[in-house]
Amino acid sequence: MEALGLLMHGFAVLLTWKTLLLMMLGLVLGIFVGVLPGLGGPNGVAILLPLTFTMDPTSAIVMLSCIYWGALFGGAITSILFNIPGEAWSVATTFDGYPMAQQGRAAEALTAAFTSSFIGSLVAVMLITFLAPMISSFALKFGPPEFFAVYLLTFCSFVGLGREAKHKTVISMSLGLLLAGIGMDTVSGQLRMTFGSAELLRGVNFLVAVIGLFGISEILLTMEERLALRGHAAGISLRVVLSVWKDLPKYWVTLFRSSFIGCWLGITPGGAIAASFMGYNLAKRFSKDQDSFGKGRIEGVFAPETAAHASGTAALLPMLALGIPGSGTAAILLGGLMVWGLNPGPLLFVEHKDFVWGLIASMYLGNVVGLVLVLTTVPIFASILRVPFAAVAPMIVVSCAIGAYAIQNAMFDIWLMLGFGVVGYAFKKIGIPLAPFTLALVLGNRAEDAFRLSMIGSGGDMKVFWSNGLVGSITTLAIVLLFWPVIDKAFGSVTRMLRPAKA
Amino acid sequence: MSNTDIEIVVEDPSAPEADSPQVASVRAVDVVVCLLLLALALTLGYDNWRTGAGWETTGPQSGYFPFYLSIILGGASLYGLVAAFLSRKEASEVFVTRAQLRRVMAVLVPTVLFCLAMQFLGLYVASFLLIAGFMRMVGKIALWKSLLTAFVFTAVMFVTFDIAFDVIMPKGPLEAALGR
Repeated sequence: MEALGLLMHGFAVLLTWKTLLLMMLGLVLGIFVGVLPGLGGPNGVAILLPLTFTMDPTSAIVMLSCIYWGALFGGAITSILFNIPGEAWSVATTFDGYPMAQQGRAAEALTAAFTSSFIGSLVAVMLITFLAPMISSFALKFGPPEFFAVYLLTFCSFVGLGREAKHKTVISMSLGLLLAGIGMDTVSGQLRMTFGSAELLRGVNFLVAVIGLFGISEILLTMEERLALRGHAAGISLRVVLSVWKDLPKYWVTLFRSSFIGCWLGITPGGAIAASFMGYNLAKRFSKDQDSFGKGRIEGVFAPETAAHASGTAALLPMLALGIPGSGTAAILLGGLMVWGLNPGPLLFVEHKDFVWGLIASMYLGNVVGLVLVLTTVPIFASILRVPFAAVAPMIVVSCAIGAYAIQNAMFDIWLMLGFGVVGYAFKKIGIPLAPFTLALVLGNRAEDAFRLSMIGSGGDMKVFWSNGLVGSITTLAIVLLFWPVIDKAFGSVTRMLRPAKA
Repeated sequence: MSNTDIEIVVEDPSAPEADSPQVASVRAVDVVVCLLLLALALTLGYDNWRTGAGWETTGPQSGYFPFYLSIILGGASLYGLVAAFLSRKEASEVFVTRAQLRRVMAVLVPTVLFCLAMQFLGLYVASFLLIAGFMRMVGKIALWKSLLTAFVFTAVMFVTFDIAFDVIMPKGPLEAALGR
């Protein structure tokens, strides 16, 4: 196995005191971000990104991915102890987690949540280890038309499969693609949509937009709510951990099912939120004792947590192998990679072997270290919630400003961030999804380049997107997915028309 | 196990009242956003058409891609406009109540002032003022606690970014006086 050898090499790269220290630091910061109201995975990674600008790429990505793991772990703490889902994908965890805490079984619920997160991520990381090199070596044969087809597939599946109103997804995506186009056109060198402004010459930076959209707007949204909270603090003793672990084999079906759902939904842009609910619902449906769900059943914690984390991790697979992020946070990590001049995609596995395998190894190590860390330090993190939001909010604003400024050293970016904050606030409240916007902004230029390069190659003939079996089937699949709701409806009415005829 | 359980209770003294009158409905905001997006689509569409949205022998001109995207954006916002007008559900939903708006403004206005102050005083001094001011005025936290927290946080940021990681931030007269 070539992959195993490279993975071992990756571990060797990581096992230095400096990297391990950065890993711990990243995890602590991540859990912090996950526990605090008004911050989550994507915001945390975006805000802390500037910290890593002066590091070498491997240390930087190790720290960033650890922030990501930390945030995933942290989300479970608040949903179980306080019934406040730190993230949308932790909502399903509150169903059974909070009742368990009320019954005085908080430690058990937390152990279950952390352990299942760990299992979910581990399954997904193993999938990445073996699948990513295969996919990327396959994708090395891709030319511009194939890449454009894959981008098209990503965009179309967001529109077709998203749960939001279709026109709102289209608005969000086309706006993102348009903003990505501002500035110098990379193919012809012409200026577009700058309206003579020197500031717009650089274009709209992806990370600035993300910091505004997720960081600032989230604070505005959090302020609207009543911030009083009441909950339990719990310490986890080794005895509880061992007793939960001893029962783990009993739930292997649930764990396996949720891991599978998570991996699948993580690779396709369905997302962790859908995965956690699906994991929970399926566990409930297949259970012999359905009524006990929602009243503090440990399986109700295992199922959604495993699925959410498997999906959150699996979202990194398409990012590494194809350069297409499977989630918002993956998109931000991708933005980070580009800051260090690394071009995510199939070539990454050839040109930057050390980096890729270091990252994959850090996923394993980060999860193990993270599990130990959260199990031992839960009481400390739960007490962070005692810090009043009036103290946390301005600190987050300052961190956002530092982050936005550090990217290009431009004051204009600070104002841009503020603008995006207000836009994000309004968009979230009227139901325009932000994930397609983020994805479009980060992929926009590459999608356009791929399109124009294929046009140059074919002499302006659109048939190039159906020129061979591979690109043809991806393009066709993209179009089918775009119109999926219509097709689904049509199929539904056809079968309904046929059924009475048969009977 | 339950004997290690400690209650954590956090109060929110300035929480928005639940019965506050609404300022805007979701529908109203939806309509405004759609109109703004439509205006943006028209502006960008026109600019790209001027740049050249045609097809050359070597493929599309630089305005081609964004021009058609503007059309898609315009179309979708037009659809959204009609959908918002017809939606009864959105008309009955509250976008923001007066008490909520007051709280949102309590963050937004200081943030804008902070960004303004940053240009003259530098980031670190502005941060100190923002944190101390916000904790004191909005959070009603004791003055000494506010000042101390603000000072410690700003100092940590300065040490981390300016000294340890060499990330350059806007600086003002105070940093100049200290010779950094």
